[in-house]
Amino acid sequence: MELDNLYQEVILDHYKRPQHKKLSPTYDAQVHHVNPSCGDEIDLNLSIADGVVTNISWDGVGCSISQASVSILSDLLIGKPIAQAYSIFDQFVALMQSKGAIAGDEEVLEDAIALAGVSKYPARIKCALLGWMAFKDASVQAQAKSELE
Amino acid sequence: MTFDPLTIRKDFPIFDRSIRDGKRLVYLDSGATSQKPRAVMQAESDFYSQHNAAAHRGAHQLAEEATEAIESARAIVANFLGGATDEIVFTKSSTEALNLLAYSIGSAPVGNRFHLKAGDEIVVSEMEHHANLIPWQELAKRSGAVLKWFEVDKDGRLDLSNISEVITSRTKVVALTHQSNVLGTINPLTELVERTHEVGAIFILDACQSVPHMSVNVAELDIDFLAFSGHKSVGPTGVGVLWGRSNLLAELPPFLFGGSMIESVTMTDATWAPAPRKFEPGVPNMAQIVGLGAALNYLTAIGMEKIHEHETHLTEYALAKLQEIPELRIVGPTDMSLRGGAVSFTVGKIHPHDLGQFLDNAGIAVRTGHHCAWPLTRKMGVASTTRASFYLYNTTEDIDALVSGIKDAQKYFG
Ligand SMILES: Cc1ncc(COP(=O)(O)O)c(C=O)c1O
Repeated sequence: MELDNLYQEVILDHYKRPQHKKLSPTYDAQVHHVNPSCGDEIDLNLSIADGVVTNISWDGVGCSISQASVSILSDLLIGKPIAQAYSIFDQFVALMQSKGAIAGDEEVLEDAIALAGVSKYPARIKCALLGWMAFKDASVQAQAKSELE
Repeated sequence: MTFDPLTIRKDFPIFDRSIRDGKRLVYLDSGATSQKPRAVMQAESDFYSQHNAAAHRGAHQLAEEATEAIESARAIVANFLGGATDEIVFTKSSTEALNLLAYSIGSAPVGNRFHLKAGDEIVVSEMEHHANLIPWQELAKRSGAVLKWFEVDKDGRLDLSNISEVITSRTKVVALTHQSNVLGTINPLTELVERTHEVGAIFILDACQSVPHMSVNVAELDIDFLAFSGHKSVGPTGVGVLWGRSNLLAELPPFLFGGSMIESVTMTDATWAPAPRKFEPGVPNMAQIVGLGAALNYLTAIGMEKIHEHETHLTEYALAKLQEIPELRIVGPTDMSLRGGAVSFTVGKIHPHDLGQFLDNAGIAVRTGHHCAWPLTRKMGVASTTRASFYLYNTTEDIDALVSGIKDAQKYFG
């Protein structure tokens, strides 16, 4: 059915078995983001060393889309140089805002490509972006901190 | 005339369309906004095509007709609520009506009965919609008044056991909802209004979820102010109502200033027209006001008692059927005493957003989230809920569709 485009197998898998969903004791930045329209919340810890994302961990409550999205994000961005992580971020945001017009590059987005169907449901885009916005915010804070040190 | 929701549905053009590739529209979101009957759209359209001119201004025939049109709508609203015509103030929504009250009270000078000073108290409850919470929070901050509230118990009822500690001799304003938009709870007003008046405070009723669904009479309730929105009462968007006792409206300072709300103006000062004009600056939302009149006439012709009876029957049916679903938890009262047709629930671990999406795919429109009552959902121990809300055009088949949709969702996400 139509809905299966939205709720891809990959998404339901990540939702049922979320990755990196346990806040690490150490981090360079910790952020708390909410989706005011539905009350979903996420805490995200980020560690960066020598320009590379060394760890992402998170905890939160939310719908399958928001939970799967941050789980996928963690898998995808850990180990990536920050510049590459930003480029993936940009492509993901563009995909979400495309209203279904672009397919997305699976080479770059990997599992996150499964969220492409979300772009056709305007009310759900914020769900998919919750964790990504938290990551962006945390990365800005972590970098600002490392420049100070 | 017997009450038949299927006949009623024929008056609402939106039910002729289909949803998500040919599915029947099962509209269970009237708590957010109601659908509109043809009579309302026609009244708006007739106003624009036949009578459009700036009401209360100009000496020409169209201006006269426009004035007549909105003033007859005012009389219809007054009749509907059991108040007097000049006690009806048109606003753009109940949100605006409640903000009007909060700002007007906040600007009352020393000596005015509405004047608030540091240490005075404003009373709300944990089950308020943000529209009847935040204006009072802000007023408390501006005036130094203390915000107090009634708590909600685990069944979703107001805890009134400490009523005389919550409403005290320092209380100036008590602002409460008539029916919770989340829980469906109808609050017992008699005791609350009596206590409010005993301490000399004013009682403001957020009637957004009651006026559309049952007969509400301001004189019988003995309240001081009431707010509701046209769009939840089969009326147009962009029009709301503030009703106030005439002696109170006379003393309350205006909130918005501008054209047609004045008695006299000089370069440095102005005096106000009597209520309701004092609270209606600018050219009003005329077509919407006229549409609201048509909406209330439509409801009256069907009969508010019959509508309420129908919704009570639907709610009873829904509560029974929903509670048969494993893992479904009703958030709100499960008995029918003082209970209206908004039913919130959670279903196991399925997030309301996912449930709502799944139901939407089957043509069923429900609301999900915290329903603009975040402190309440927190208090009830849930992050968010799914809400089905009923109105005159709903049937038990709609509820059957909801129930089977929920069961299918359990298989899908299970
Ligand atoms: C109880 C209650 N109060 C106030 C409001 C605000 O109404 P509006 O958005 O029409 O101003 C609502 C709407 O959901 C409500 O349910």
